[in-house]
Amino acid sequence: MRTTSRPRRAAVLATAVIASSALLLTACSSSGDKGGSDGASSAAGEKITLTVGDFGTFGYKEAGLYDEYMAAHPNITIKADTTQDGQKYWDALTTHLASGSGLSDIQAVEVGYIAQATGTLGDKFTDLSKTEGVNAGAWLPWKSKQATTAKGALIGLGTDIGPMAVCYRKDLFQQAGLPTDRTEVAKLWAGDWSKFVDAGKQYQAKAPAGTFFTDSASGLFNAALSAETQQYSDDSGKLVYKDSAGVKKAWNVAVSASQAKISAGLRQFQDNWNSAFANAKFATVVCPSWMTGIISKYSGDSGKGKWDIAAPPVASNWGGAFLTVPKAGKHQKEAAALAAWLTAPEQQAKVFTKVGNLPSTTAGLELPTVQSAKLDYFGDTPTGQIFASTAKSIQPAPIGEQDGTVKTIITDNGILDIEEHGTDPAKAWANVEKLVDDKVNG
Amino acid sequence: MATSIRAAAEDGSAPTTAPGGPRTPAAPQRSAWRSRLYRLDLKASPYAYIAPFFLCFAAFGLFPLIWTGWLSLHRVDLLNQDVMDWRGTGNYTRLWETDQFWTALRNTFTIGVISTVPQLLMALGLAHLLNYRMRGRGFLRVAVLAPYATSIAAATLVFVQLFNPDYGMINWLLSMVGIDRTDWYSDTWPSQIAISTIVTWRWTGYNALIYLAAMQAVPKDLYEAASLDGASRWQQFTKVTIPSIRPTILFTVIVSTIGATQLFGEPLLFGGGVGVSGGSAHQYQTLGLYMYELGWPSRQLGRASAVAWTMLLILLLIGAVQTLIARRNRTKLGG
Repeated sequence: MRTTSRPRRAAVLATAVIASSALLLTACSSSGDKGGSDGASSAAGEKITLTVGDFGTFGYKEAGLYDEYMAAHPNITIKADTTQDGQKYWDALTTHLASGSGLSDIQAVEVGYIAQATGTLGDKFTDLSKTEGVNAGAWLPWKSKQATTAKGALIGLGTDIGPMAVCYRKDLFQQAGLPTDRTEVAKLWAGDWSKFVDAGKQYQAKAPAGTFFTDSASGLFNAALSAETQQYSDDSGKLVYKDSAGVKKAWNVAVSASQAKISAGLRQFQDNWNSAFANAKFATVVCPSWMTGIISKYSGDSGKGKWDIAAPPVASNWGGAFLTVPKAGKHQKEAAALAAWLTAPEQQAKVFTKVGNLPSTTAGLELPTVQSAKLDYFGDTPTGQIFASTAKSIQPAPIGEQDGTVKTIITDNGILDIEEHGTDPAKAWANVEKLVDDKVNG
Repeated sequence: MATSIRAAAEDGSAPTTAPGGPRTPAAPQRSAWRSRLYRLDLKASPYAYIAPFFLCFAAFGLFPLIWTGWLSLHRVDLLNQDVMDWRGTGNYTRLWETDQFWTALRNTFTIGVISTVPQLLMALGLAHLLNYRMRGRGFLRVAVLAPYATSIAAATLVFVQLFNPDYGMINWLLSMVGIDRTDWYSDTWPSQIAISTIVTWRWTGYNALIYLAAMQAVPKDLYEAASLDGASRWQQFTKVTIPSIRPTILFTVIVSTIGATQLFGEPLLFGGGVGVSGGSAHQYQTLGLYMYELGWPSRQLGRASAVAWTMLLILLLIGAVQTLIARRNRTKLGG
């Protein structure tokens, strides 16, 4: 009895030990597998898939650029991975960069975070300046400067810029007794964003029931701030938002808009903001060129021909983005070539005519297709002319690593709090400072 | 000598070899080796059998737990985890001083209560109804479990639409009975109630099935005796059913409490773009969300780890209190 059971038990024991240690070994080694293929370029003709991660509406798919590129390069398949919300997109991207996994071959980076990408995260991206067809001088000078690291590597290729105008609904303006012609409308607020709030009060006095003058005080904050030459950071990239004259001014504009109840109090890029477009809940939205794509998407057929675009109180830029190629990608060379092609003037012009993202290259801005472009959705509005002329007078402000973080806290926890809960502005600002300190000082 | 060794080995005590004693013959030595192996087998094998679990637990449970504890004593950047600056208990004291932490703790508690209490009460009632002999019983039992099988993301998206303050169905229904517009997205209590609704919807059926299983194990003669004594249906429920399934109720209370403390997905998805911070004024930010906000968007892994350990301590505390209450109840009932 004993003798027969002994070897069997011993065998079971040995198997158990081996099995469990094997389990541990595989568990430990699986994470080490990645990264070995870094930089390995595939042989010509080998079928590869390139993934492009972006947020909002970059317009590549809409303009048929992916199809065009795939037709010209039969060995390449392009897959797009789009997140609607830019903040969520960035949060996920930083996590993926940290772990070196889950990254697309091309990753878009918004201008608010480009300083962080060139700074702390600089060594996670490939230098694109040596890529064939890339010439840093092709972009507006400030645009390519923003994507250059301290060591001189160009890690991002500019996609679009966001020269700003104001989009407004002619039907609601008419009902509220305001002018509807775009030059007349622009005169309402020419010169200063506080005049925009005054025009809002005028609108609100005779507003059609259930509508507001503008969508969000946070949008107004971004607009007013972008016209300032001093924003969140100083020339050295140090955070100075607490004493920045620009931030103070923009904050006051946003607060006065919220307190005058001329804002619908929505958070931009959120579901109820999207549906408010379709329901004509607000008459104006501060409108960088890329916003026109969003308007046509969410206002839908019922809003077609009702929107027009007027010059802003002050010329400025809001947003715009870059395409980067993370070093963790498997096909860096092919990805860089695709990024270079997507950001070349001709392709930028195609995107603009389709979704309204204005080219960030000087050549792209001067193309006749851009200059004379009209967006179908906005009727006879000379969109190309309006935005391209604003683009020339943009004064870039210094940017810093924490700009995006501070912006999110001011708009989502500061101004939105005032809008949603009627919080006292002084208290809201104190709260903003507390949150920023907490977040910035790890 | 040889026989004494064998005898010692056979009765299980340790064999003693006298130092410098004469060589033992080959055969008994072999059998001593065998019996030693046998005893090793007897004592060690059970450990070897359960070793895979403990090794896995050590690698994927205990190690992360301890590592998180170690991280919580440092300043660690998510993007640069190799650099760890010693901070001692600094992360914990800072937590103590941060309003946002207390808001998150309060929210976790309130959302936990307004989701767990109705959930368990409804589950109890539902289980009682399902316990009756009725048509389509099998179908109904599967049906109550359907919400549990739905993904959080899908369920939350639907509820977000339902609770839309301007175009949602719930405000539309409320307006028909004359209740004014409720801002389910941004006001503190409405938003917490909305999130609790999602939790309650998902877990009521699950708990109901657990109660049902326990109720079916209650002996039928207890009910017969009760009805002979003239007890009504309600009295039978409160006097027979509830005391009989008390251990199961305690189990669901513990599991729901753990779930409520770790609440994360529902408020995150409910808030959309401001979900991570739990609304513009953190009005529905739970501890789970606060931990995520610190660790990922803010990239402060050390402080996030401190929140994680604090959550663990809170759970242990609640567990201890529940055990105490259960023990007291048991002694009161007399075993």
